Amino acid sequence: MAKKLMKGCEAIAEAAIQAGCRYFFGYPITPQNDIPEYMSLRLPQVGGCFLQAESELAAINMVYGAGGAGARVMTSSSSPGISLKQEGISTCAAAEIPCVVVNMMRGGPGLGNIQASQGDYFQAVKGGGHGDYHLIVYAPSSIQEACDMMQKAFDVADQYRTPVMILADGLIGQMMEPVELKTNPDLVLPEKPWAATGYTPGGKKPRSVLNSLYIETEDLDQLLERLFARYAVIEANEQMWETYNTEGAEYILCAYGTVARVCKAAIRILGEQGVKAGLVRPISLWPFPSKAVHDAIVQDSVKEALTVEVSSGQMVEDIRLAVNGERPVQFMGKAGSYIPTAEEIAERILQMRRG
Amino acid sequence: MVERNLFAGFGGQGVLLMGQLLAQAGMMEGKNTTWVPSYGPEMRGGTANCSVTLSDQEIDSPLVTVPTALVAMNRPSLEKFEKTVAPGGSIFVNSSIVDIKVQRTDVNAYYVPCNEIAAELGNDKVSNMIMLGAYLGKSKCVEIDTILEALLEKLGQKKAKLIPLNREALLKGAECVK
Repeated sequence: MAKKLMKGCEAIAEAAIQAGCRYFFGYPITPQNDIPEYMSLRLPQVGGCFLQAESELAAINMVYGAGGAGARVMTSSSSPGISLKQEGISTCAAAEIPCVVVNMMRGGPGLGNIQASQGDYFQAVKGGGHGDYHLIVYAPSSIQEACDMMQKAFDVADQYRTPVMILADGLIGQMMEPVELKTNPDLVLPEKPWAATGYTPGGKKPRSVLNSLYIETEDLDQLLERLFARYAVIEANEQMWETYNTEGAEYILCAYGTVARVCKAAIRILGEQGVKAGLVRPISLWPFPSKAVHDAIVQDSVKEALTVEVSSGQMVEDIRLAVNGERPVQFMGKAGSYIPTAEEIAERILQMRRG
Repeated sequence: MVERNLFAGFGGQGVLLMGQLLAQAGMMEGKNTTWVPSYGPEMRGGTANCSVTLSDQEIDSPLVTVPTALVAMNRPSLEKFEKTVAPGGSIFVNSSIVDIKVQRTDVNAYYVPCNEIAAELGNDKVSNMIMLGAYLGKSKCVEIDTILEALLEKLGQKKAKLIPLNREALLKGAECVK
């Protein structure tokens, strides 16, 4: 298929439809309104349903319903809206409802601003809602990657019966890049015998009950054992990352999303000055690619690592855990929406080099 | 080849469209391209800008912090971004409404009276296309015909009658910097 110049939000929405998504429930918020706008046009064309809910809470609960009935369903929002959805996300995790949630991060806390930010890493990766659960979290750094990720997101959501979050910064949503959208006319969706699709008394199919309330201690224990056994499989099989120029590098940059691309530009600038730097970019933020991060940073050639984020330092904690003190890991970033420039990142590495 | 361009002006001057057409045309000619808009409260009657990168290689950062070319459609844009342009780069100034000159001596400055030329062509709305023509006249990074193809795709066949006017605007702009 020929490439098309598309805005990130629209490309993500179209990729979701190509991945079999037929239901979208959401509530408007900048900078992701192009997703619901696009869905409102396209979903009826493919026999799906777009619905603007009365609130974020209503939207995520509609996702719970559609996902529980076995449909491929998604919602999208931006930071403050994602906070409002957390109760439902926790419920989906407990009730083992596959669904996809897109977060186009903007500056926080509170209502913050509407520019790109990465302040929701902790929320996405460490919980967000209450209780012991994980989401699978993917962070795209280009629009093409975001598109390819949508297919993967719906597939793993179904495979592991879990909510999946696409954690993108507002820039991914607003910028345009050429993308090749993979059409999937022969898409076969997995069977979902567990789905609540209606009960016939005397029929062969047992009654499906999707629930997140396990009032007996033993019952909740069983759920959590089942979930955490599944999380162990996800951690073993679903880590994704990119390494760039890491072999023999003196310094390793760590970043995710758009910022990782700015780091690549910094690596180019440093290369022009004879300094070899590389990048390790987690693509799945949970499961976190700890071994890959460790192996990129803990090599003989590497003196130090620098994590760059548009936050006051969130992913840096996971980087430090992965490195486990074997190399110093510095942090560069600011809360809010300030994206460090490639020149600033390169200068910081040069400063580290001067000691 | 890497062109890092910053198009800036008032909201309503067609600054974002200029960038989009360049990005679209770049893609049509097989280049890698990114278009990043400024967005937010500044778009309500204030300034708007977009960064467009064109490259034969994979594009690392889509953000343009050191542009190889700056297109300043109004005075605040020139004042704000002049200092960011790469040494040896180009600055295209809409001299119809920008009443100051480029201060730097290590860049190439081109003055294009976009609004006057647009008035001569009988349509104020094409001032952005005149500027885009001037930019292309110097950078030559995509063909004017490809820009028109991109514009046709944007407008749709129903508005295809606007293509000759836009062609003329692009050519006038290119002529202006010869």
